[in-house]
Amino acid sequence: MLSVRDLGVAFGAVEPLSGVSFSVDKGETIGIVGESGSGKSLTAMSVMGLLPLIGGRITGGTIVFDGQDLTKLPERAYRKLRGGKIGLITQNPMTSLDPLKKIGPQVDDVARLHLGMNANEARARTEEILGTLRIPEPALICDRYPHQMSGGMKQRIVIAMALAADPDVLIADEPTTALDVTVQAQIIRLLDDLVKQRDLALVLITHDMSVVAQTCDKVVVMYAGRAVEYGPVEAIFDRPRHPYTQALIACIPRGLDDTARLTGIEGTVPTVINYPKGCPFHPRCPRAEAICATDPPTFSVEGDSAAACHFAEVAHAQPA
Amino acid sequence: MILRYTFMRLLMLIPVSFSISVVIFMIVYLLPGDPIDNLLRVGSSAEDRAELVARYGLDRNLIVQYFVWIGNMFRGEFGEAIVLRRPVADLVAQNLPYSLTLGGLAFLFSSTVGMALGTISAVVRHPVLDRFMRGFILLGSTVPGFWLALLLILFFSVNLGWFPVSGAGGWTSLVLPVLTIGFGGVALVARVTRVALLDAQREDFVTLLHAKGLSSGTILLRHLMPHALLPVVTILALRIGWILGGAVTVEFVFGRPGLGSLLIRALGQRDYPVVQACLLMLALAVMLGTLIGDVAQASMDPRIREKKT
Ligand SMILES: Nc1ncnc2c1ncn2[C@@H]1O[C@H](COP(=O)(O)OP(=O)(O)OP(=O)(O)O)[C@@H](O)[C@H]1O
Ligand code: SF4
Ligand SMILES: [Mg+2]
Repeated sequence: MLSVRDLGVAFGAVEPLSGVSFSVDKGETIGIVGESGSGKSLTAMSVMGLLPLIGGRITGGTIVFDGQDLTKLPERAYRKLRGGKIGLITQNPMTSLDPLKKIGPQVDDVARLHLGMNANEARARTEEILGTLRIPEPALICDRYPHQMSGGMKQRIVIAMALAADPDVLIADEPTTALDVTVQAQIIRLLDDLVKQRDLALVLITHDMSVVAQTCDKVVVMYAGRAVEYGPVEAIFDRPRHPYTQALIACIPRGLDDTARLTGIEGTVPTVINYPKGCPFHPRCPRAEAICATDPPTFSVEGDSAAACHFAEVAHAQPA
Repeated sequence: MILRYTFMRLLMLIPVSFSISVVIFMIVYLLPGDPIDNLLRVGSSAEDRAELVARYGLDRNLIVQYFVWIGNMFRGEFGEAIVLRRPVADLVAQNLPYSLTLGGLAFLFSSTVGMALGTISAVVRHPVLDRFMRGFILLGSTVPGFWLALLLILFFSVNLGWFPVSGAGGWTSLVLPVLTIGFGGVALVARVTRVALLDAQREDFVTLLHAKGLSSGTILLRHLMPHALLPVVTILALRIGWILGGAVTVEFVFGRPGLGSLLIRALGQRDYPVVQACLLMLALAVMLGTLIGDVAQASMDPRIREKKT
């Protein structure tokens, strides 16, 4: 359905994203995980063709959707895909709706634009979608302004906008980060149901490994603008081969298990201007050796998964 | 909702109007000079003087004078001009239309041209255009009106002879004053529009608008412009009063009749009732301006409408 190969993104001379690859099919969820600044949102913006909006450009690679390479798609044709075939859900529902416009018209836009509906048909469609998202009294909600609703409700509205034209692919960029914990679980469950009911391909961007474990089929782990490990979720969680993945998994709080608390990973993600030479993770890596500071690792493939670490073959023998 | 807001906003004007009226009433008494001196013929006796003072009620207690004055204002009786010896209401009625025409045209000019320039410079991000806009805005916000007026008169009226040097005959006499008053406004409105549009473009929801598949043009017109208009309306509302105030010196330089000319002349002669009426008109314009601005903003922004005032 959607297949990204070797994607690179640059802003002027800096290149915060390079060599990112993943693919996702109908009825499938792929998780993209990584700490803040690892390039997750840039990946989402690239697929949406919205990089020019923030002043970036694609430097290489392909984004193939439905057989056509989106990196070569003219803007006019891209507009038909956006909101039509590919829907986007962003991180902060508090600021993702136009505060001056009522909810109804904001959602109606999608059906009018992509399904050629008139105002009445579009409103009926909007109310129907809101209904399927378990939003009570859709007609009343349509008449409200964004500031009159809770964050969780607004995020449902954003999801409704993304779904209104019956897309094939949904890209959710940290859809729950800004929400209360209880609401987070509801939204994740909602997305999970949608994938199954509508046979959607979902790209779920998150920094929460436990969400990946619960909902995703595949996962791409990103670090400093690069994919460092990818593969089926079971394989990655069973035998993480990249030290960064191992650290992320170790960070998942495990309920009663007192010893494995939220430890966090020592150090911080490097900024674009000082991406380290060699393996980008080496300043923070517990397994780093001399070679790591000089030579960038290549992917070591094992079955459907791959890890970019010089010691990927041996690393999984000593789980973190 | 908007009605309730407007009503609340009107209620708030009551204390404001009261303070303004007191200030206007007092200003005149704080100014040095005495209108009676202007009226008395050389060699008049002290009795003549006392009689005149009594006739205009200037001998009474200040507070009593204030209430007499404000009571008359409410009845639309602005009294008699002490020096010009005509009903103040007539003087105001005679001059107000000139000021309103000039102010209205200057307002229209500065808002339309300003918003257009601001929008263009925010959308077309071209380095040369940008530099030009910056220079223009700097010039527009620093050049004083009276000086610009003199320059324009020198160039267009004296050198080219396109427009009359002064007076109020026909539309040609309006061009230069409107340009003079409007110029600063154009620069200001252009700057505010530009900044507001650029700010709006950076808002999160704009990403989602693009993600819905809307075209940039639609997003600009239907979503960004309304956001940019909010601060522009505030500025424009302040300008309504400001333009009338700015017209004071410009009317004088161009020798046009109007509230400004009347005010300056009356000030020179210490003609209290006229000064007070003119100031009251200007203050009224400022208050009306902000009221209209606030109500316009509230009609555009649901968040303002719901705020408890
Ligand atoms: N408009 C921009 N101009 C220049 N650099 C940018 C821009 N946007 C992002 N970057 C750089 O790209 C890197 C990746 O950013 P991105 O927003 O994709 O991170 P992220 O993984 O989504 O992080 P978060 O979890 O905080 O959302 C960042 O380090 C940032 O410095
Ligand atoms: S290549 Fe070296 S530094 Fe990088 S993850 Fe592997 S061991 Fe760590
Ligand atoms: Mg992000």
